[in-house]
Amino acid sequence: MSFLSNLEKPAETDYLNCIRCGLCLSVCPTYREYLTETASPRGRVALARKGLDGQLELSPNLTEQMYSCFGCMACNDICPVGIHPGDLALSMRHVQEQIEPSGWKHALFGGLIPRPQRMEAATWPLRLYQRLGLRKLFYALGLRKLLPEQLRDLEAQLPSIPQRPLRRVLPEVTAAKGEKRHQVGFFLGCAQSLLFAEESSASTRVLARNGCEVTTPEDVVCCGMPARGYGQMDQVREQARHNIAVYERYDLEVIITDCATCGSTLKEYGEILADDPEWAARAEAFSAKVRDISEYLATIPLEKPTGRVEARVTYHDPCHLRRAQHVWEEPRSLMKLIDGLEFVEMPEADWCCGSAGSQLITHYETSTKVLDRKMDNLNSTGAQIVASGCPGCQMQLTTGIQRNGLAVRVVHPITLLDEAYGE
Amino acid sequence: MVKLAAAERLPVVARGMGSGLAAGSIPMPEGSLVISLTRMNRILEIDTQNATVLTEAGVITATLQAEVEKIGLFYPPDPSSIKHSTIGGNIACNAGGPRCLKYGVTGDYVLGLTVVLADGSILKTGGKPIKDVTGYDLKGLFTGSEGTLGLITEALLRLVAKPQFARTALAEFDSLADASKTVNAILSAGIVPATLELMDQTAIVCIEEAMKLGLNTDVEATLLIETDGSDEQTVLQEAATAAQICEQQGARSVKVAQTPGERNNLWKARRSISPALARKAPNKLGEDITVPRSAIPEVVQRIREISENYGLPIVIFGHAGDGNLHPNVLFDKRDPEQWAKVEKMVAEIFAVSLAVGGTLSGEHGVGLLKRPYLEQALGPVSLQLQKQIKQALDPLNILNPGKMFPV
Repeated sequence: MSFLSNLEKPAETDYLNCIRCGLCLSVCPTYREYLTETASPRGRVALARKGLDGQLELSPNLTEQMYSCFGCMACNDICPVGIHPGDLALSMRHVQEQIEPSGWKHALFGGLIPRPQRMEAATWPLRLYQRLGLRKLFYALGLRKLLPEQLRDLEAQLPSIPQRPLRRVLPEVTAAKGEKRHQVGFFLGCAQSLLFAEESSASTRVLARNGCEVTTPEDVVCCGMPARGYGQMDQVREQARHNIAVYERYDLEVIITDCATCGSTLKEYGEILADDPEWAARAEAFSAKVRDISEYLATIPLEKPTGRVEARVTYHDPCHLRRAQHVWEEPRSLMKLIDGLEFVEMPEADWCCGSAGSQLITHYETSTKVLDRKMDNLNSTGAQIVASGCPGCQMQLTTGIQRNGLAVRVVHPITLLDEAYGE
Repeated sequence: MVKLAAAERLPVVARGMGSGLAAGSIPMPEGSLVISLTRMNRILEIDTQNATVLTEAGVITATLQAEVEKIGLFYPPDPSSIKHSTIGGNIACNAGGPRCLKYGVTGDYVLGLTVVLADGSILKTGGKPIKDVTGYDLKGLFTGSEGTLGLITEALLRLVAKPQFARTALAEFDSLADASKTVNAILSAGIVPATLELMDQTAIVCIEEAMKLGLNTDVEATLLIETDGSDEQTVLQEAATAAQICEQQGARSVKVAQTPGERNNLWKARRSISPALARKAPNKLGEDITVPRSAIPEVVQRIREISENYGLPIVIFGHAGDGNLHPNVLFDKRDPEQWAKVEKMVAEIFAVSLAVGGTLSGEHGVGLLKRPYLEQALGPVSLQLQKQIKQALDPLNILNPGKMFPV
C-alpha cells in the first residue's frame, strides 16, 4: 500500500509468523470478557496484518480493536513464536495517528500532560473538592449515589490528594541517613507527585535510610506512557529526550522510580530513540540505569526494619512491572522482611486489574468486569491490605474495593517498609 | 439460525476457539455463516452420584477439568490446546492428548449430546446410563464429525475418580532409535503409564529456545513418562520400573520430577512444542499419523529417511505410547520448490503409516488438509458409506461443506 509506505509502522516480522495457535486467547483479559476473536491478541494480529497488507481498510472499527487491548502484555509472554501482540496493538495506534492525527489527543498529550505546572493547575479543582471538605459532605449526604455508576467509580479512584504536589516539596537532594554508600537518582512520576505524594516521600525515606543520597530533579516531565498509549510517538520521543538530558546533568549510579508505568517506559527509551543518531547511545545509557525501587532495594544490603505491621497482606502484580520489567519476586520478598506481616498470595495475582491507564473511562464495561474478577480473587485471600507499586493499579483497586463493599487498604509495598522503619 | 440457513441454503460453520490443526473451522465458500459457540459456556450440572457433567459446548476444557477436580472427579482427555479449546470442539474432532494412552480419547467420555441438525431440529441422544444399546450409537456418529453432520451444543460427559498421585520422569537418550524401542519395552512390561511422550532433538531445542526451562539440548530424544493412580506405592513403583527399563534400553539419564513445579515445567515444555516450532522456520506442517505401537521404531526410521531424501527437516514428537506421532515438516512456503517437496513428503509419510496398518490422523481430524488422502486410507466402500451418511443427515450440504470428503 503506497499511502502506508512513508509511515512508521510495525515490521513484517512483528506479525507474519503468527501460526494462529490460540495460546494467547487463554491469557487475554479482553478475550475472556468478550469471547470474540476480534478482541483477542490473535485477532488483533490478524487485523493488523490485513490492515498493513492493504487487504483491510484501517477503519475506525479496526483501530478500536487496537484500543480495546489493555496492554497487559500477557500475550507477549506466552507467544511461543515470539510475537508481541500487545506491542503490535500500540504500534497500530501510532499508525492510525499518522494517517489521521487527532486534535484533542495532541492537545492533551502535547499541551497538558508533559507540562507539570499545567497538570498541577488542572488538578487544582480536585484538590479543592477534597480540601474544603466537599468530598466528605458529598459522601455524608449520600449524594454519591446519585451519580451515574461510571462517574461514581471514577470518583472512587481519587486518592486523598496532597496539599502541595510533591515535586514542589521534595528537595533536589535528600541526604543519606548515616554513611553515604550510593548515589542514586529518583524519577518522580506525575501521578506520584500529584496524587500519591506520601508514597514517594516514603520511597525516598527508605532509600535514604539504606545509605542512598537521592537526587530528584524537579524539571522532569511525564515519562511518555500516556502519549504512547494514544499513538503519539513524536510526543513520547520529545519527552524522552527531555528527561534524558535532565539526568545527564548528574553523576548517578542508577535512576530509581516507584511507579511501575514510569519504570517500564523509561527502560524503553533506548528502544524508542534507537533510530535517532544523536540520541540512540544516550538513551541506551539512560535506560540501562533505570530500576524499579523494589528491584534496586533487592540489590543492596538493607537495614532490618524493627517495627511491625500486624496485617494479612497480599500483592497485585502491575503489568508494567511484572511483564514489562520482569520484576515480581522483589516486592514480595521486601514485604516479607517485615515482622508481623502475614503474606498471602492472591489467585491470578498477575492478571490485569483492568486499569490500563484510562480503560475505566474508555472501556468502562470491560474494565469493571476485569476489576470485579480481581476483587473476587482479592476477597478470597482475606487480606486486610493489598500492595501494588503502580498508581494506576492502586486507583483501580480502590474503585473495585468500593464497588464491592470490601474493607481493604491499598498501598505501595515500599510504604509498608517505610512504616516498619517507623519514622 | 440453522433453520434460516437451511431455507437460504447458507453454509454453516461451527467454531469454538479456533485451535484446530486441520483447518476444520475455516469457512470454505465465501459468505458462509460462522457460528461461534464460545459464549455457550455454562457448566449446567455436575452429578457426583453418577459421576457425570452436563455442559454447554463453549466451555473451555481446562475450565471444565478444574471445576470437576474441585470435587475429586476427573475428566481425563487433555489435548495440548486444553486451555484454549472448547469441549464442543474437542468432541467434534474427537480430541486426544497424552493421557489417552491410559484413559482413552474424548469420545470414550461422551455419554450424550444435544445436536442441532441440518434442518434446524434438535436431537438429544444418549443419557446417564453407562450402557445403552437402544438403537444406533448416534453420539458416536457425531463425535469426530467435524461439524459436517450437526452442531454440538451440549454434552453429557462421563467422569472418573481423580487419581491422587502422579510421578513424572524425563528420560534422555543419545539415540532416537533406542528411545522409540523403549516405548514398547515399557508397555510390554505390564505398566500402563498415564502418558508416554516422545520428543526428538529439534523439538527439545525449540522448546528450550522458547521457554528456557533448562533442558539438555544435546540429546537425540527424550521420553516423558507419567504414572498415576490412587495408591502412592504403586505409582512410585511403576515410575521406578519405567525408569529402570529406560536405563536398560540405553538412556543417558532419567530424571524424576521432585516437586509440582518441576512436573509443571515438564508438561509446559511438552504442550508448547507445536507452536514453538514456528521459531525454526516460517512454516510448519504438523501431521498426526497413528500406527500400531509395535511399528514405531520402523516408522520413526522411515520418516527420518524421507527428511534426508528431500533435504527438509522433520521434527518428530508425539504420544508414542499410543502410536500417535506428530512429524512436523519445517519449510518456507514462499519458496515454491520447498512447498512442492512438502506435498510429496506428506504423501510419503501417509503411505508409510498406512503400510504398517496405521491411519492418517489420530486426534486432529481430516478438515481441509487431509481430504485428498481420505480414499487411500478408508478404501472405496467405507468412503461411499460415509458419503451416504453425510447425504442422509445433511442433504443440502450446508454443514461445514468442503471438509473431510475429497472434492
